[in-house]
Amino acid sequence: MSALTLSPAPGRAPMSRIVGRQAAMEIRLTLRRGESLVLTLVIPVLLLVGIDKLDALRLPGGDRAAFLVPGVLALAVMSTAFTGQAISTGFERSYGVLKRLGASALPRWGLLLAKSLAVLVILAGQCVIVGVVGFALGWRPDLRGIVPALALIALAAAAFSGLALLMAGTLRAEATLAGANLLYLLLGAAGGIAVPLTAAPAAIRTVLQWLPITALTDGLRAVLGGDPAPGRVWLILVLWAVVTITAAARTFRWE
Amino acid sequence: MTRPAVEVDSLVKRYGARTAVDGVSLAVPPGTVVALLGPNGAGKTSTVEVCEGYRRPDSGTVRVLGLDPVAAHDELTPRIGVMLQSGGVYPGARAGEMLALVASFAANPLDLAALTERLALGPVANTPYRRLSGGEKQRLSLAMALAGRPELVFLDEPTAGMDPQSRRATWDLVRELRGSGVAVLLTTHFMDEAEQLADQVVIIDGGRVVGAGSPAELTSAQLSSTTGTGQLTFASVPGLPVADLRELLPGFAVAEASPGRYQLTGPVSPAAVATVAAWCAEHNALVAALNTSQRTLEDVFLDLTGRELRT
Repeated sequence: MSALTLSPAPGRAPMSRIVGRQAAMEIRLTLRRGESLVLTLVIPVLLLVGIDKLDALRLPGGDRAAFLVPGVLALAVMSTAFTGQAISTGFERSYGVLKRLGASALPRWGLLLAKSLAVLVILAGQCVIVGVVGFALGWRPDLRGIVPALALIALAAAAFSGLALLMAGTLRAEATLAGANLLYLLLGAAGGIAVPLTAAPAAIRTVLQWLPITALTDGLRAVLGGDPAPGRVWLILVLWAVVTITAAARTFRWE
Repeated sequence: MTRPAVEVDSLVKRYGARTAVDGVSLAVPPGTVVALLGPNGAGKTSTVEVCEGYRRPDSGTVRVLGLDPVAAHDELTPRIGVMLQSGGVYPGARAGEMLALVASFAANPLDLAALTERLALGPVANTPYRRLSGGEKQRLSLAMALAGRPELVFLDEPTAGMDPQSRRATWDLVRELRGSGVAVLLTTHFMDEAEQLADQVVIIDGGRVVGAGSPAELTSAQLSSTTGTGQLTFASVPGLPVADLRELLPGFAVAEASPGRYQLTGPVSPAAVATVAAWCAEHNALVAALNTSQRTLEDVFLDLTGRELRT
């Protein structure tokens, strides 16, 4: 039996290592959950290929991929930053994981940073996969739109994360699970991802425009199509991010 | 004199109208084990969780390694090890992976191979947490608490759900921690655990300290009032003058329970046994048998906290 030296030698590892290891753990756990893979990859890719290939839906303009890919990208962003994060954080809270990590050398800001990094890494993977599938379907985005598209995605990810933590930090895990899935379906349907909003009456359209998913979809379609994103889109995303993150920070309960 | 690793002074913790901890004081010096012993709902976990910085005291002061556990939380966490009563691990995380994660937060982590071997976690290293048995979960949780080589360890019911072998292994580890200079504050409702491990036992009930001392002090008859004192019985020739013995041993009730069977109830000590033997020799009476029985910590505990079943 090898010797075990228990004499105290306390100390915190460098924060970069702590946050990096925590983020890697979050990513591994996400990829290990089959249902989260379905949500983050299978559904977006199926929607993209399915709607593009089946001519059942009439899409605006001649370029089906130019309409579809930004919408599916927006859906992928929402699935990771909102739905996935709300559900996993809700269960981590109810299983006492957040409580236990709170007594570890990982500070709370470090945990939030690690979670954000994990979300960004998974988002990057989703964007690459959706982009490559889109390219195979004939999608040819305006490359000058890549940088503003990434900025829109980061901003929307912040807004969705705030909403996720607002739910996960206040509701029971089971309620978060149900609510996050329901909102995913509603926002996915209402966000103009696959069905153009022009189909809806004007009053409803105005309301739907204020949803973060709609703003992200509209913004991505504009910038990847070579136009600047409307100011309204940036404003809506910033508002959602500020409101949800502030509310989450005020209400989040770690246990 | 070194400052205690944990100093709790007149701690009060309320949840709404309910007072969970009502004026508890205790100290855990480095290199000692202090056991908080009490029935369910006595306020053990609340006390420990205030020390861990999870909750703010409503009144009283708590210092952990000389610091305020709430205000200096981030400064303290690398120096303490925490074993929660349950949970605390991602259900999908593998046991070895979770231990490695927590160890990676530390500047000088324990030798994980040795720790894994000591707690017999090797065979389940690749098993997801949700598939571990209760005892395996407890052992992983203990390993996580120790991985960062802390100065102070909080163990909340560390052996609940463990099989006897795991309990022994855990006890051995706790003793080694003490020997290595680590301060340990543990909660338990197992008397034998407190008796085996603790330098100091603090018995709490209804949020108050109802008894404190070393296991020897608590079980020695001097501390008890009327009930549950020690017993000394011996067999010898019948008809010895017990009144004389009563004078020699004030504080004892002495009686010849049946011819040749003598029973003394009182503060049994080595000196009392010697007195009885000498007194018999004086009367040229051979002691055929002599038995002493002391209170166990369980007797003390039940005397102090009552024998009725708790809800």
